[in-house]
Amino acid sequence: MTRTNLLIKASPWLFTIGLLAVWEGAVHFFKIPVFFLPPPTAVAQAFVDYAIPLARNSWITLETTLIGFGMAVGFGLLLGLLIGWSRAIYAGLYPLMIGFNAIPKVALVPILVLWFGIGAVPAVLTAFLISFFPIVVNVATGLATIEPELEDVLKALGASKLDIMRKVGIPRTLPYFFGSLKVAITLAFVGSVISESVASNYGIGNLMLQAQAQFQVPLIFAGLVALAIEGIVMYAAMAILERRMTGWAQRSGFAQS
Amino acid sequence: MTDFVTLDNVSHGYAGAGSALAVEGLSLTVRKGEFAAVVGPSGCGKSTLMKLATGLQFPHLGSVTVAGTPVKAPVKIAGMAFQAPTLLPWRTTMENLLLPLEIVPPYRGEIRRRKAEFRERAEALLASVGLAGQSDKFPWELSGGMQQRTSLCRALIHEPQLLMLDEPFGALDAFTREELWCVIRDLQAARKITVILVTHDLREAVFLADRVFVMSSRPGRILVERQIDLPRPRDLEVTFTPEFTDTVHELRGHIVKARQ
Repeated sequence: MTRTNLLIKASPWLFTIGLLAVWEGAVHFFKIPVFFLPPPTAVAQAFVDYAIPLARNSWITLETTLIGFGMAVGFGLLLGLLIGWSRAIYAGLYPLMIGFNAIPKVALVPILVLWFGIGAVPAVLTAFLISFFPIVVNVATGLATIEPELEDVLKALGASKLDIMRKVGIPRTLPYFFGSLKVAITLAFVGSVISESVASNYGIGNLMLQAQAQFQVPLIFAGLVALAIEGIVMYAAMAILERRMTGWAQRSGFAQS
Repeated sequence: MTDFVTLDNVSHGYAGAGSALAVEGLSLTVRKGEFAAVVGPSGCGKSTLMKLATGLQFPHLGSVTVAGTPVKAPVKIAGMAFQAPTLLPWRTTMENLLLPLEIVPPYRGEIRRRKAEFRERAEALLASVGLAGQSDKFPWELSGGMQQRTSLCRALIHEPQLLMLDEPFGALDAFTREELWCVIRDLQAARKITVILVTHDLREAVFLADRVFVMSSRPGRILVERQIDLPRPRDLEVTFTPEFTDTVHELRGHIVKARQ
């Protein structure tokens, strides 16, 4: 491994440590009170002190998010294929979807609570509602960009629309689909945490809200860190899945240079 | 020789009545086993001709007959290749070649049972265009010329009676292009397949074709039909003979007139 490669490998760690060091130093230097901005060491201490409630609530948030995300994947894939299948369906649904996507999902939480009560269901649904849109758009885009010549080649052989979908459309859409999962999983966390902090007795969102009420500022930050870790892990999982499933689409040296 | 593809007084256009037609009063007959080339200024409706002859579109006026039957649906006996190789990047060369067999009857019902046989056939076809041993490579691992050879093989794998080529060598460098001329020349000679080649390379048309059709600018119709009597088999050397260059020159004159 060359020096530059080593540097590139080490740089995420160096930057993270650097940020924490600046944060720690600034808090001490400017004598910022812990209840306003706790230093990283205090956050780490809170992490240790509240390890069990943090772990339990992280797990609940993760579960909620993944269920909502799973629903978004299923529904998004289906709707994307449907929209890509027919121009009429596309024309009919697209304005509705854009309108729906324009609504801040936090505004839906009260309605969901009205229908399903406080708890996990609104959180799952918020995660679902916020994360399906990018999946739909990406799947539909993949289908819409099939080369017309290739379509001609197959149609001249008597291929049905379903044949073209199976042989070309769906495989061709996979890179778009897996790419969209990285965006969707991140959004799903946003959805579940929003709903948890407004309308649930569990989850990291709720834990942070309670910590705020009790003025346990380091615990609030510990909750943030827990969310960040979950987000990174799930994002990485989606990125790995993407590379595994669609290696053929990722051969460009562009991102490596 | 019997007539194989006949377009009779065909008019066809796109996007609503009243707008400009792509082709108008187009009549052309290609005989069985003949190599026909269609040349013309750009935008003269050559691609429309391709779509009409393969049953991807149906004319507003006039009739299209292929292999003795009026065209009412995709003809299924045609193979097509375009300027872009349009190979599927997630499939290897071999899998790309097998794609038509997964679609076209009667092969599509037999693909599982006869897979080994089909693979052998694909290997033989690849070998015949100089791609022996490349079947496990992905398209992006092949050069442009090799991709275009693969695309030609894909157009031929189901042993079509009609081969439609839409500027298949347009994106290649001059040397590769001439190499592929010879490939297609030999394939056609060996299989006696009927070929319609759409191109705007006049040398290509004269070198490969038995007859060259010159189309007018939009709306396209046939202006000139020129028999090419150069003896076969033709060697690339023929392109340097006075007879060859005179023919190219003559056709060029027609095109220049068509553009005005």
